[in-house]
Amino acid sequence: MDNNKTTTKIQELTYELKIDDVMCKNIETVSSKMPISQLRDVLYKKRISGVPVVNDDKLVGIVSIEDFIKCMEQEEMDALVEDKMTKNIKTLYADEPLVHAVKKFEKYGFGRFPVLSRKDKKLVGIITKSDIIKGILKKLESVYHDEEERRYRASHIFNDIVADEVFLKFQYFVEGKNFDKAGEASTGLKKTLYRLGLSPDIIRRAAISTYEAEINIVAYTDGGEIIAYIDPHQIKIIIIDKGPGIPDVEKALQPGFSTAPGWVRELGFGAGMGLPNIKKFTDKMTLRSTVEKGTHLEIIIKLSDYRNED
Amino acid sequence: MKLMEIEEILEAEVLTGEYDPEIEIEIGCSSDLMSEVLAYGEPCSILLTGLTNIQVINTANVADIKLVCFVMGKIPDEKIINLAKKNDITVFITKLTTFESCGRLYKNGLKSCSYFDLDK
Repeated sequence: MDNNKTTTKIQELTYELKIDDVMCKNIETVSSKMPISQLRDVLYKKRISGVPVVNDDKLVGIVSIEDFIKCMEQEEMDALVEDKMTKNIKTLYADEPLVHAVKKFEKYGFGRFPVLSRKDKKLVGIITKSDIIKGILKKLESVYHDEEERRYRASHIFNDIVADEVFLKFQYFVEGKNFDKAGEASTGLKKTLYRLGLSPDIIRRAAISTYEAEINIVAYTDGGEIIAYIDPHQIKIIIIDKGPGIPDVEKALQPGFSTAPGWVRELGFGAGMGLPNIKKFTDKMTLRSTVEKGTHLEIIIKLSDYRNED
Repeated sequence: MKLMEIEEILEAEVLTGEYDPEIEIEIGCSSDLMSEVLAYGEPCSILLTGLTNIQVINTANVADIKLVCFVMGKIPDEKIINLAKKNDITVFITKLTTFESCGRLYKNGLKSCSYFDLDK
């Protein structure tokens, strides 16, 4: 990353983050009637350089270590906080973007600003320059983490491999009648497509179609397999089983038509939506079936770059 | 709508431990028929269902559903919870009926997902 870009990203973050995201919420306050002599303990124990003064939930001032030192010099340790505190204070609202805080720090040169909730004007936090730095670093870390994860994805594989034609093949075996395992192939394929960096819409359509087909294998047959071929233009998924086959393919494609036995319906399927769903979520679907021999379902989902061209 | 709001509105119990408070739930759907859920044209963020088997989680996973809420106090078994955790799906249970759960969420501004018209 060059310097220029870093600045831009941080500036972007100061607009994106809210004061509420970075401020310190666990705040110490003192009452205006407290003698200055007791201030030392509060500041020292919490290792802070200033503390808001609050009476009946209302922010009335702010008192800092400088005020304390002045009192020491002038031997006024018996004075009350209310006589020495800064009364005309600048505050920020929790829902303001961080950039407002940055600007106020620049403008006034204060060490801290009390933060109020816009609704009831109550004190909800305090923000210092170090809170801003910590907040931005934390956010940058998570941005970086996302970027790393994205890079890990294998989406560049098609660019890295040198060949006239490239396709990837993934094969999954599906057990018949075992509903505990139904879904493993399609969720596996979904994860794989995600790692390949395909768009969420494509992944979702491929996952739903494969899942419906997988449920069909489990519900109606003794098992089969799912083979996905992925090339830079499309995803082709072939779903094959060894029977019993579909007697009336046209009827099977009608929404609502189902021959599902009771146990399949109890599991939430067999509503006659499976094949129509597959058809709707794919760009091409070819269903061939021979009774007693088996069913061969081929679906194609075009990848977005090529989808709009035809 | 944040998960925490939904937890309150449905008086729900969380079965998958801590959840990401930043997740935004925008669209809801409700059905006991998983194929119906799969037929919706857009990713719903919450599924309310009375069906408690492992295919509910598989359905949620392939359809990009982030939150599954089982209604009428039905408690899913541990296998279901574990699969949900593995796939970053949050699971709630509520004692409310499907009708009341949907009604409360809808009243609070949660939108219904649109149906992917099969005849289109």
